[in-house]
Amino acid sequence: MDLTWSPDEEAFRADARAWLEAELHRWRDRHDDRILSGDTVEGFAQHLDWERTLFDGGYAVVSWPTELGGRGASRWEWLIFEEEYYRAGGPQRVTQNGIFLLAPTVFEFGTAEQQAHILPRMASAQDLWCQGWSEPNAGSDLASLTCKATRDDDRGGWVLDGQKTWTTRGAFCTHLFGLFRTEPGSERHKGLTYLLVPLDLPGTTVRGFGRLDGDEGFAEVFFDGTFLPDDALPGGVVLGDVGQGWSVAMATTSSERGLTLRSPGRFTATADRLLDLYRSHAAVPDGIDPGLRDRVVQAWMEAEAYRLQTLQTVTDDAEGRSAGAASSFVKLWWSELDVKLHETALDILGADAELDGAWSKGWQFALSGPIYAGTNEIQRNIAAERVLGLPRK
Amino acid sequence: MRFAFTDDQLAFRDAVRDLLAKECPPEVVRAAWPDETDVFGARKGEGARADAAKVDAVWSALAEMGVLGVGVSEAGGGLGMTEVDWVLLAEETGYAALPHPFVETACVVAPLLDGAGDPHGVLAELLDGTRQAGAVPPGSTNVAWGDAVTYLVLLEHQHGAGTGWVARRVERGLAVGDTNHHRRTLVDAVDAGRHLVRLGAWQAGDELGSVDDAATAFDHGALGTAAQLVGVGRRLLDLTVAYVGERKQFGVPIGSQQAVKHHLADAAMKLRFAAPAVYAASWSMATGAPTASRDVSTAKALASDAARFAARQALQCHGAIGYTVEYDLHLYLKRAEALARTWGDAAWHRRRVATALGI
Repeated sequence: MDLTWSPDEEAFRADARAWLEAELHRWRDRHDDRILSGDTVEGFAQHLDWERTLFDGGYAVVSWPTELGGRGASRWEWLIFEEEYYRAGGPQRVTQNGIFLLAPTVFEFGTAEQQAHILPRMASAQDLWCQGWSEPNAGSDLASLTCKATRDDDRGGWVLDGQKTWTTRGAFCTHLFGLFRTEPGSERHKGLTYLLVPLDLPGTTVRGFGRLDGDEGFAEVFFDGTFLPDDALPGGVVLGDVGQGWSVAMATTSSERGLTLRSPGRFTATADRLLDLYRSHAAVPDGIDPGLRDRVVQAWMEAEAYRLQTLQTVTDDAEGRSAGAASSFVKLWWSELDVKLHETALDILGADAELDGAWSKGWQFALSGPIYAGTNEIQRNIAAERVLGLPRK
Repeated sequence: MRFAFTDDQLAFRDAVRDLLAKECPPEVVRAAWPDETDVFGARKGEGARADAAKVDAVWSALAEMGVLGVGVSEAGGGLGMTEVDWVLLAEETGYAALPHPFVETACVVAPLLDGAGDPHGVLAELLDGTRQAGAVPPGSTNVAWGDAVTYLVLLEHQHGAGTGWVARRVERGLAVGDTNHHRRTLVDAVDAGRHLVRLGAWQAGDELGSVDDAATAFDHGALGTAAQLVGVGRRLLDLTVAYVGERKQFGVPIGSQQAVKHHLADAAMKLRFAAPAVYAASWSMATGAPTASRDVSTAKALASDAARFAARQALQCHGAIGYTVEYDLHLYLKRAEALARTWGDAAWHRRRVATALGI
């Protein structure tokens, strides 16, 4: 066991810290210190500007190979970058569903041609990807999805019909990756194909709508006889094999969803801000309920536990001991921790907690954590069945 | 950066795990319960199914394997290992609900005496298993396995001027004196298998080791107990996973019901996140990290809560069968609750973390 960083890793951290501090400052300056949510029309443009800054600095996708837009950083360096990113107050990444959810699948299942086209354009935020999994009647029961893609050999492509929904940033994205039923009459996990779909094809309608926090971060996507040509993207529009969509989609969820989407750095940074908030309020006589100290510490410890658990997971991964379905525990942990961190902050703020502010905005977003990326009820089922070995229903 | 144990550390853990599985099954844990009525007239120990001699045999077997000397230098007759080496062994003793003062003897007192030059010449006997040690953390006068220990250390944390930890040998504090004596009066306790004896009028000996040594001794106790809590929590979870997979109601295993799955997934999650905090704290202690005490407290707080939560879910998922003395579950449930309290409960350790964080 060795829980220290090497001199090279410390140097990487120092470089990242200096770069982030300077560039975040310049970015805010460029937008007159008025940074909006990336999930609004105006804010999205600001955040695209930030994504391109990250790319130009070589920090958009640090762990990717340099030829695809990254800097070939190790998993450890990626964790360090995430810590520094959120410590510096970097915004939630509007490219996250591409770089954290689609990219791992492209690395595993994409052809060389697909990788060479898709990944650099994703890294540089030229193409913006949203996830087309959920449908109005296929949420937790994703395998019941009915969006279909009918083969049209004459024209050389697929005809898409159906509706996707809860598509995060769908209204601002250029492309959608999603699961479609390509085998007529197939049921459940069979007969599905993972398709890559430009959103500007005729017959496609994208309608944005407001989330609980008021941002237009959701969209529903309607396909009405949309023709998706095989050559819409170099290397083709199918990721993996036709009919293998379910296993393609699920292959990277276990290793990526737990860790990559919401790294510990995000929560350790929030926990440190919570300590600062507590200190500033505790400095005022009678400014705070004494019981809050205990809750602040509890939240801090849980963020620390997530950090440590991640060091263990990354070590195991590097040494060939895959976490597998255990990533469901991780998703449960961070999503509930995020709610806890923000609720504690609101309780410290007291009467002013109902005002708009960073903590109340963050709280509203935190409330979505136990729902997205597979509800926590589904995660508990997965953990109980696949890790503990309890009988399936 | 490498957050994992070495193959040697895991092999030692496996050897201790195998030994305890063989020598310390539930029957042996049960045999450590006195077969008497308690203050309420309840016969909690009824149903002892094993020879009491087997209880003593576990300790001898651990001594023979060298496990009692993990924290003692080679010059002192031990294995010269670090906290990282013994944290997994402590976890296994928790999994087995070992009815002996492993943490007190092997993790707290033996290393303390080794560092202090073995002033009373008892170290060899602690390592060969002929003598057991007790250690009493601040806020308690209960000596676990107080009928068996023949060397007792009291740890105090003094506030104000001369702030710091002090470790002292306690003499004549146990009713019958300084010899192993089963007639020392046990106090009735929820986990009667811990053989608590109240510390009586005692006489303090000289300080053992420096202020730092005493502080380390306390952290050793908290760390070892945190590891035991993770272990006993895992035991409770394992017992319950096995039970709900077999027990049928409504024609299906109760473990196929979502409500049961969710209880156990939550318990497993808390244990899975407490464990790395415990292991990291062992590393902080082994390397003398400035955050060592804070890390130990984080570990003890998370492990205490996780084990207690696992115990609750385990009992609930068992239903009425778990609420009997004939069934084994209560042995582990009560141990989890006792360990969650001793060496500082979760709230005490959270306060220490808060102070370390400057809030």
